[in-house]
Amino acid sequence: MAEGMAADKTKRQTLVDARFVEFLTKSWSYLFLLGLVVFFSLTGTGFFSVRNFSSILTTSTLIMLMSIGQTYVVITAGIDLSIGWTVGLSSVTTARVMRDLADSGADVEFAMLAGVLGGLAVALIPGLVNGVLVARIKVPPFIATLGMFGIVRGVAFLLTDGQQVVRGLSAELREALRTIGNGSLLFYIPDRGFEWFSLPPDLPPQQLRFVSQLLPYPVLITALVVVVFAFILARSKFGRHTYVIGGSEEAARRSGINVDRHLIIIYVICGFTAGIAGVLHLFRFTAGAPQAGEAALLSSVAAVVIGGTNLFGGEGDIMGAVVGSLIIAVLQTGLVILNIDSIWQFIVVGVVIIIAVLVNQLQTALERLQSNV
Amino acid sequence: MSEAILTATGVSKHFGGLTAVDNVDFAVRPGEVVALLGDNGAGKSTLIKCISGVYRPESGRVIFNDVDITHHAPADIRSRGIETIYQDLALAENLDVGANVFLGKEVTRRLFGLLPVTDDNYMRQEAAGALDELDIHIPSLTQKLVNLSGGQRQAVAIARAMYWNAKLVIMDEPTAALGVPEQRKVLALIRSLREGNIPVILISHTMHDVMAVADRMVIMRRGRVVANLPRADATEELIVRHIVGSADSGENAVMI
Repeated sequence: MAEGMAADKTKRQTLVDARFVEFLTKSWSYLFLLGLVVFFSLTGTGFFSVRNFSSILTTSTLIMLMSIGQTYVVITAGIDLSIGWTVGLSSVTTARVMRDLADSGADVEFAMLAGVLGGLAVALIPGLVNGVLVARIKVPPFIATLGMFGIVRGVAFLLTDGQQVVRGLSAELREALRTIGNGSLLFYIPDRGFEWFSLPPDLPPQQLRFVSQLLPYPVLITALVVVVFAFILARSKFGRHTYVIGGSEEAARRSGINVDRHLIIIYVICGFTAGIAGVLHLFRFTAGAPQAGEAALLSSVAAVVIGGTNLFGGEGDIMGAVVGSLIIAVLQTGLVILNIDSIWQFIVVGVVIIIAVLVNQLQTALERLQSNV
Repeated sequence: MSEAILTATGVSKHFGGLTAVDNVDFAVRPGEVVALLGDNGAGKSTLIKCISGVYRPESGRVIFNDVDITHHAPADIRSRGIETIYQDLALAENLDVGANVFLGKEVTRRLFGLLPVTDDNYMRQEAAGALDELDIHIPSLTQKLVNLSGGQRQAVAIARAMYWNAKLVIMDEPTAALGVPEQRKVLALIRSLREGNIPVILISHTMHDVMAVADRMVIMRRGRVVANLPRADATEELIVRHIVGSADSGENAVMI
């Protein structure tokens, strides 16, 4: 009897410990982000300002959009290495469609709309092919998307005839792109207050650098994408099935979930969010560039991992990827403000990734331990 | 004795030149626990898969509740009430009990009367009810299954089968991966299925389990049924002799 009670007590204690560890593993990235912001705010001049925060958010959108789709893929125990180039493909396609339509006399608005739709649509193709390869032909995701990495890269450069950017965008088109890509729903101008949609034309140019963008369009669009895909993953039946497949593909199949179709849709989603990233990249930098997402690919995977998504599948969420993206963006900006060589950013992000994986393993180890009690 | 709920007659299944199941007759009556015994490769699993629809037998008929289900799809056979609980349990251990009982059949509600979202509270409550009926207590319904013991997971798999109105439960080595107290719990679960008049086909290598719960022992050897013993006639020794094949040559055959 006494023995039983003692065993009971240890069991309960392990349960409490496990919950504490679970809390820590779930929230450490949030705490880490908070810590980084506090640290840079105290040490870096100009870090703690609306202007800078808005710039960090804008910077983070590229990685964040890519990491949204990547989160879905990683939860199914897959990975998509091709989306870096999907961003470029989408950016280049959007630019070409806009240029060609505008050159052939179409309205700029129409050319832009058609370009955006074209860029988003073309981004679905590598996703679809990845999905079919992984789900139906059982090619390991790493290999399938590595192949797609090369193919999409090549196609993106073919579309620019080997150039770094799509040439020949008219000045009018570039201006229209810039208005949205660098625009904001709400501005704050010192001494003048808030302005919606656009800056007043009588604003003296020397005052321009004091203007704060409170709601930059790229951030708003990304926020919308975050909300939609976070909701789908966390609350919908589709999201639940994603976790089931990540937990046990066999269990998913036996329970009647159409695993193949589900996986294909997930890779298409991953291409889609990369496509949005590509279109936004074009709007922000007014140049369709094949290599637009190249450097962001590994950062997006890093963001997913830092956010607590398990590379072996079954665990993770969009908010984690959002926090992971913000950590990377804060590090990038913060180190620049502290005047530290930007090369350090790679080292710091690398260390953070390893910490993330260690924390995740700690949790897994504790769960193992507990289920054996 | 009541009418059989499941009858398999003359079932055969070949894999290339190998006859895995050879003209087997097999029946299960309501509320009966039938142990299916035999050495590795005797054809137990193949026979079970012919019943659950995973394999299509080349000859013979499988009748369940007066319906010929011989070549039906596994999903259809499941929906008719034959639930197979495999050794790996087919659970998503990264999710909670509610999600697992409703795996692939999630219940949704409308958020703001518009957006369909999974109704996790409802599913947890229903799962708790199903577990209560089996007299299983799980510390927290929001716990992921990875935090539960092997026996509790087995209970979740059984509760799921029960919840979806299983009329026949097939269990493949349910106690193989469990400690002794957990094994007892699973045997108790099998008994409570029987009390609910739900028949169980139990594949097991553990003689103790079989002797503890089975009403009848069907012993297979090289694809054939070599013995069909009521519990009263079965002794461990006799069963072993049938399994290894020495019973064929008479009562006094020497076991080596």
